[in-house]
Amino acid sequence: MISASLATVSYIGATILFILSLGGLSNPETSRRGNLYGMIGMTIAVLATVFGPRVTMAGLPWIIGAMVVGGSIGLYAARKVQMTQMPELVALMHSLVGLAACLVGFSNYIDPMASLHLSSAEKAIHEIEVYVGILIGAVTFSGSLIAFGKLSGKIGGKPLLLPGRHFLNLIGLLLVIAFGYQFLHAESIDAGMFALTVMTVIALLFGIHMVMAIGGADMPVVVSMLNSYSGWAAAATGFMLNNDLLIVTGALVGSSGAILSYIMCRAMNRNFVSVIAGGFGGGAPVKKSGGDAQPAGEVVPISAVETAELLRDAKNVIIVPGYGMAVAQAQHAVNEITQVLREKGVNVRFGIHPVAGRMPGHMNVLLAEAKVPYDIVMEMDEINADFPDTDVSIVIGANDIVNPAAQEEPGSPIAGMPVLEVWKAKTSIVMKRSMASGYAGVDNPLFYKENNRMLFGDAKKMLDEVLLALKA
Amino acid sequence: MRIGIPAETNAGEKRVATVPEVVEKLIKLGFTVAVQSGAGDAANCSDEAYRSAGAEIIDGASKLWAESDIVFKVAVPTRAEVELMREGGILIGFIWPAQNPELMQQLAAKKATVLAIDALPRQLSRAQKMDALTSQAGVAGYRAVIEAANAFGRFFNGQITAAGKVPPAKVFIAGAGVAGLAAIGTAAGLGAIVRANDTRAEVADQVKSLGGEFVKVEYEEEGSGGGGYAKVMSEGFQQAQREMYAKQAREVDIIVTTALIPGKPAPRLITAEMVQSMKPGSVIVDMAAERGGNCELTVPGEAVVKHGVTIIGYTDLNSRLAKQSSTLYGTNLFRLAEELCKAKDGIIDVNMEDDAIRGLTVIKDGEITWPAPAPKMPAPAAKPAAKPVAAPAAHGSAGAPASAGKVVAFFTAVALLFLLIGAYAPVAFLGHFTVFVLACFVGYMVVWNVTPALHTPLMSVTNAISSIIAIGALVQIAPPTMLGLTRPEGWILGLAVVAIALTAVNMFGGFAVTKRMLSMFRK
Repeated sequence: MISASLATVSYIGATILFILSLGGLSNPETSRRGNLYGMIGMTIAVLATVFGPRVTMAGLPWIIGAMVVGGSIGLYAARKVQMTQMPELVALMHSLVGLAACLVGFSNYIDPMASLHLSSAEKAIHEIEVYVGILIGAVTFSGSLIAFGKLSGKIGGKPLLLPGRHFLNLIGLLLVIAFGYQFLHAESIDAGMFALTVMTVIALLFGIHMVMAIGGADMPVVVSMLNSYSGWAAAATGFMLNNDLLIVTGALVGSSGAILSYIMCRAMNRNFVSVIAGGFGGGAPVKKSGGDAQPAGEVVPISAVETAELLRDAKNVIIVPGYGMAVAQAQHAVNEITQVLREKGVNVRFGIHPVAGRMPGHMNVLLAEAKVPYDIVMEMDEINADFPDTDVSIVIGANDIVNPAAQEEPGSPIAGMPVLEVWKAKTSIVMKRSMASGYAGVDNPLFYKENNRMLFGDAKKMLDEVLLALKA
Repeated sequence: MRIGIPAETNAGEKRVATVPEVVEKLIKLGFTVAVQSGAGDAANCSDEAYRSAGAEIIDGASKLWAESDIVFKVAVPTRAEVELMREGGILIGFIWPAQNPELMQQLAAKKATVLAIDALPRQLSRAQKMDALTSQAGVAGYRAVIEAANAFGRFFNGQITAAGKVPPAKVFIAGAGVAGLAAIGTAAGLGAIVRANDTRAEVADQVKSLGGEFVKVEYEEEGSGGGGYAKVMSEGFQQAQREMYAKQAREVDIIVTTALIPGKPAPRLITAEMVQSMKPGSVIVDMAAERGGNCELTVPGEAVVKHGVTIIGYTDLNSRLAKQSSTLYGTNLFRLAEELCKAKDGIIDVNMEDDAIRGLTVIKDGEITWPAPAPKMPAPAAKPAAKPVAAPAAHGSAGAPASAGKVVAFFTAVALLFLLIGAYAPVAFLGHFTVFVLACFVGYMVVWNVTPALHTPLMSVTNAISSIIAIGALVQIAPPTMLGLTRPEGWILGLAVVAIALTAVNMFGGFAVTKRMLSMFRK
């Protein structure tokens, strides 16, 4: 048995290890150690709790049973998940944290021990903490489930826009506040339970509604936002339980998710509120600024063999992957082409836009999975200045992130969004299934540029053909 | 339909209108191809090569002209050649209708359909693939520099050798059109110091991109004459220009002139005095020799030495690179054939509704249709007006400092919030609140340092860490019992066990999947 003081000290140790764990991610070299710190921290925290003064041995079988069941599901999922499905897995995990926060909140509320020895002000604060904790948990839970559905294609990617949706949200908020008042003044636990349950249902509906209104390509923002919520849910639980470890960890996770959301929003040149308010792209037809309705010029197609020839003669090649690469599972073909070209002395690099894919860093993980060395995978700001010296730039399944309209047409809906300037290369090749416009519904003048070529077809199939031609 | 490729008859013309590689593509379009025996000899394309590409070899020009529905030619056809042409046939090649009115009459009398590749509306961007003037000018520009290097007595690139230092050659290119740009690229590639000038100021960027230095004429006037050509400039400008050329002539070793104005004799840029002022052994390549030359002392078609300066006035630069010129020209014509035969059935359809084809067609079924009306161009989309959108703050940094007003507003709001909390919250809460706020700051600092490449692992590891919520469930599952207190044990136990199981999924799954991902990041 561990004493209360020892348990607290262990918690401090765990806190430090968690911070180190996040800090390790500043560099791929130190990241593996960082993950190890995280595991050690978690082990210490759990053991210190289980063998601490607040758990008796009677609970041990239950704890072990639940851990084994949950842990084996988790390990199985971690082993089986494909790297292209990472956004789904992450969203699903967020929902679990949200649900757990709800459950802990409810069980804390019905536990008379929790509010023992509390003054009336403290009791009120405690109840607010319970209420808010469950609220955040429920929103995280249902929102993440919908995000999971959208990411895995079980729910359509188009934003669902109910009439007067902002009004609906406002009513929801007012109801939550009203029931919160009722909850605080409840005579008995049963009476409070009613208010709590109604609020939970509203919160669940709100979570569903919020994510349903957001389109497919805004998913990086949503996923990181839900990441943030799951952290705040943990922090709220910490307040509820008077546990600093939970508060610190929750705050770490919460601010991490918030920063990611901010980075993603900036990469799309949109503000957070407008993303969350939803409805961008897909739904409302995008009005174009007058005059330049149709980009001038002609689309010039190219064959896989010609692509291979261009690549063979190039000295500098930059590959820009997008969500289309993930959909087509083309990352391994990309890596093989990269290897063949590098053996021939071609300088191949990758340019990654912050919002390429469906979650932050999605492309990096896919390329890493395909064993592309990470030191040739560059961020947008690192590589954008190099396009003028590049012979061939290849865009694989991306559209809006390489759209010159963002810089050239002030009236464009994506004006001001930072983009990868692939058109500055001597030749740019866009791999695409068809001429359909991107998520933002904006026509892409890149396709009509003189030095642009279109390689139509499924990314994987076309890349395999290019590889074949390169090896021939 | 059958495409015929006659041997070129002009003296010194070594090009041929198509090459074996292109023949294959033409056959894929549904055409049959006949080549006059020996047509490609001067361009290193043997009869045998044509035959194995699927072409038929025909002896004698008269038979070939008579049996072809369509004839591809390079040089302007001679009177004798037109005589051979079949009544109502199709001819594609250089015609220069403005300069050759009699030829036009003769072709019209033959009821021919004639597409003059030189009449292509070059301002249409989809016409570029058929632009033979451009492709041929590019080859000529390259060859001009090679000719200069041949006549020049020194290295182009500077070298430090055991025997001493060799300065790089200085090359001046007058006119940065297609030929000029090709010359700039070639000379820069050989290692020379390259300067260039053009009356059209907008080409300065192109000059720089090829490794040249743009020399400005110190005089304000815009010299773009539409359709990508230059126009005649004012007297004041010409004076300033002459001074600049005189200065360059004294400094540089090699001058390549490419200045042409459509329908006018080539402008005189280099006077005899300028030639005299050049260093002995210098070289001038006058690419405008055919149209009178940019240099006063140029002898068209010849290389002469005057005042110790070699002046090259070859008019057959393209024939001096016959294989390359022919391949590019053949490809231009093939692209045109594609446009003419969209059905890929080997039948040509001269669609006069198509801007590009309308421009090319100078005679349709014996009727002279030249000059074509100006193509309907989309208004040039207010491009210069559209200022580039201001680049947003660099990604990865914390961004530019916010404006003072915003900062004040933010701090006021935070101060109010803190005041509120301080006024009403109990002491116990404030302890936790302190921890919370500080942790947010630590998180903020730490997470900004995370490399964007690892954002996905960051999310999965924060996922794993947020399973710390398990502690909340752990402390509820079986706390030390307290006397006189009844707990709904069953409910609490059930909720807690489920919560532990859920968080365990994250705890183990999150760390495991992060580990799996991170192990993939390899140098």
